[in-house]
Amino acid sequence: MKNGTAIFLAVFVALGASWGGFVLAPEWQLGGAKQTTVLNSSELYPLGRPGEAYQGLQVYRANGCAACHTEQIRQSGVACEVVLTSAGKNPSAVSNLISTLKLNGLAKEDADAASDKITAAGGKTEIHIVASGPDIARGWGTRQSVAEDYLYDYPVQLGGLRVGPDLSNVGVREPDLNWQLVHLYAPSSVVKGSTMPPFRFLFEVHKIGKAPSPDALVFPKGSGPPAAYEIVPKPEGRELAAYLLSLHANVPLYSAPFTP
Amino acid sequence: MTEMQSSDPGPRTPDPKLDASCGVPLLALFGGAALWLVVGSVLAMIASIKFHAPDFLADCPWLTYGRVQPAADNALLYGFCIPAALGVMLWILARLSQAPLCLPFMSVAAANLWHLGVFVGLVGILIGDSTGFAWLEFPRGGSVLLFAAFLLIAISAAATVGARRERELYPSHWFLLAALLWFPWIYATGNLFLVGWPLRGVVQAAIDSWFANNLLFVWLGLVGLGVAFYFMPKLAGRPLHSRYLALFAFWTFILFGTWCGIPQGAPLPVWMPTLSAMATSLLLVPLLVVGIVGWRTVWGSVKSKWDNGPFCFIGSGMDCFLLSGLMLVAMACPHISRETEFTWFGPAQTQLELYGFFAMTMFGAIYHLLPRAVGFEWPFPKLTRVHFWIALLGVLLLVVPLAIGGVVQGLKWANPNIAAVDVSAATLPFLRMSTTGLLLLLVGNLLFALNIFGLTLVWKLALLRKAMSVLKTPLATSEVIP
Repeated sequence: MKNGTAIFLAVFVALGASWGGFVLAPEWQLGGAKQTTVLNSSELYPLGRPGEAYQGLQVYRANGCAACHTEQIRQSGVACEVVLTSAGKNPSAVSNLISTLKLNGLAKEDADAASDKITAAGGKTEIHIVASGPDIARGWGTRQSVAEDYLYDYPVQLGGLRVGPDLSNVGVREPDLNWQLVHLYAPSSVVKGSTMPPFRFLFEVHKIGKAPSPDALVFPKGSGPPAAYEIVPKPEGRELAAYLLSLHANVPLYSAPFTP
Repeated sequence: MTEMQSSDPGPRTPDPKLDASCGVPLLALFGGAALWLVVGSVLAMIASIKFHAPDFLADCPWLTYGRVQPAADNALLYGFCIPAALGVMLWILARLSQAPLCLPFMSVAAANLWHLGVFVGLVGILIGDSTGFAWLEFPRGGSVLLFAAFLLIAISAAATVGARRERELYPSHWFLLAALLWFPWIYATGNLFLVGWPLRGVVQAAIDSWFANNLLFVWLGLVGLGVAFYFMPKLAGRPLHSRYLALFAFWTFILFGTWCGIPQGAPLPVWMPTLSAMATSLLLVPLLVVGIVGWRTVWGSVKSKWDNGPFCFIGSGMDCFLLSGLMLVAMACPHISRETEFTWFGPAQTQLELYGFFAMTMFGAIYHLLPRAVGFEWPFPKLTRVHFWIALLGVLLLVVPLAIGGVVQGLKWANPNIAAVDVSAATLPFLRMSTTGLLLLLVGNLLFALNIFGLTLVWKLALLRKAMSVLKTPLATSEVIP
């Protein structure tokens, strides 16, 4: 090997290029990211998770919830939709006109054109931005996930396998704390046919004392502990539920617009 | 360059001192590897049974699915694949250098350190101390030990290459030396930027994807190909088809392979998944070249028969490498990735890569070289062929149902009218079928461990006998003080 050093350097560069590309470059691009504002509003986004929910993220990590659940929504496209807000003085003309027009799945220019025609006929319209895709049609979210959604999380738990549903917006879908806790304790009691393993070790079984605990779970009829017993979440259980409730990535952003 | 086309990349007259210098380090590396292989199999079985009965061991937090599953994966990768790779690498480098292993005691210490690190890491995952990053779950204590152990072995390997008597480098050298350089780099990057001083936000996900791809696909690929390019000519009794094609495969593999692995739908700036998809499609070039080199080297050789145990393992390992590479390319196509992303198709590809390609290649190499390094035959030589067929069947029964189940799952997730529980229910038959594959792999792994532990025992007994005979030998008269 006469050119040993040269070859070593070449291998070094060939391997290391990807380090520059996928370690250094994303850090340059995103490492300095700051809070952004919600689209058409002065609200800041994201806000850090409250303490108990942040502890819950650690319970989520420790129990490997990301082995079966993702926290990322994909979208296949964004389109404009023309929405009639008022038919004006001549409703029949407007409705005749509308029946000839395409009102959803439009590009911005076509939506503007359709809107202009309706306005000329006397109606009033709004143009809504709508994101689409199977994940969104399923009700898992209103828009795709973007880098901003994860700004304050450590570790970021994107997940790579959907054995169960996506959880990016589970706090929006199921905002009830008791539902979340019961679901963790006995998944199939609230979701029929669920294959999720129960997380009973996040709870304690108590004999009901003089008065039932205010934290005790309220089960749907036909499930739950035998009479005279109650199920109370351990701190980890409460934290995990608080984390799940804190999962809502559903505000419009510059990088992921939609009309709420 | 003519000498490089010699049929045997090893020394023409095997030097017993050379092989013996590897004996103790290899026993230390492979013994622990065999243990973790079985442990990983048992953990994978526990995880898989949960798809038959979600209540199985549900009250034990240590054995909840989200801990057992990563523990099983890590036991296979860090417990078996990497130490086995290091052992095989040391032996090949010593053989190619035609010189004994340098600093063998350092390698022995490193092997024990490595296995201690795996133990610490696995216990960490099971008690809930996982870092939460895929393929990097070992907590700090474990990963520091692994890193230190790897460096020690790398020093021993580099010293062996430095002391080589055959100056010319063989293609395997390129693959193996690049692997020695690349592991500390990616492992340090992953642990420093994700665990030690974590970067903020979704950059973590980008780095984790980059790390996982570079360890699972590039690192294992480099070692597996380096080992295969050494053993295929040796076992087939033919020269490597072309040194130049092999080096072309090397360069294209590291140039394109290192950029793969960023998921298509990830919430990252669009240029990253796009660039990654382009690189992945270019992977077809090294895959094709590797296929040509392998095929032209072994095809039609008299020795490449199904009764040649190591040859079967390495040959089918190469087939699985090409197949899993093609699956990776398919998963990067935008049209296909929409359906296969977030499904069992991904784990199917990973298992084919880890088990079908890498573990099988290592089994073949170990069955060939360990008796030579230790100086004893396998205690149960017939089990090697049984192991081969069980492992091959196990890989098929594990990977095929997962891959088909993944496509079914992806198509169902894409249809918003199918309820989530129904999607899960539709994948269950496939997951349950894959349990039989895991069971077969467990049996195969036990056979492998039986041979490794048996050989270790034979070696230890021989050592003891030697020590006893030395003790019992009457002193020579000259040594008796008058």
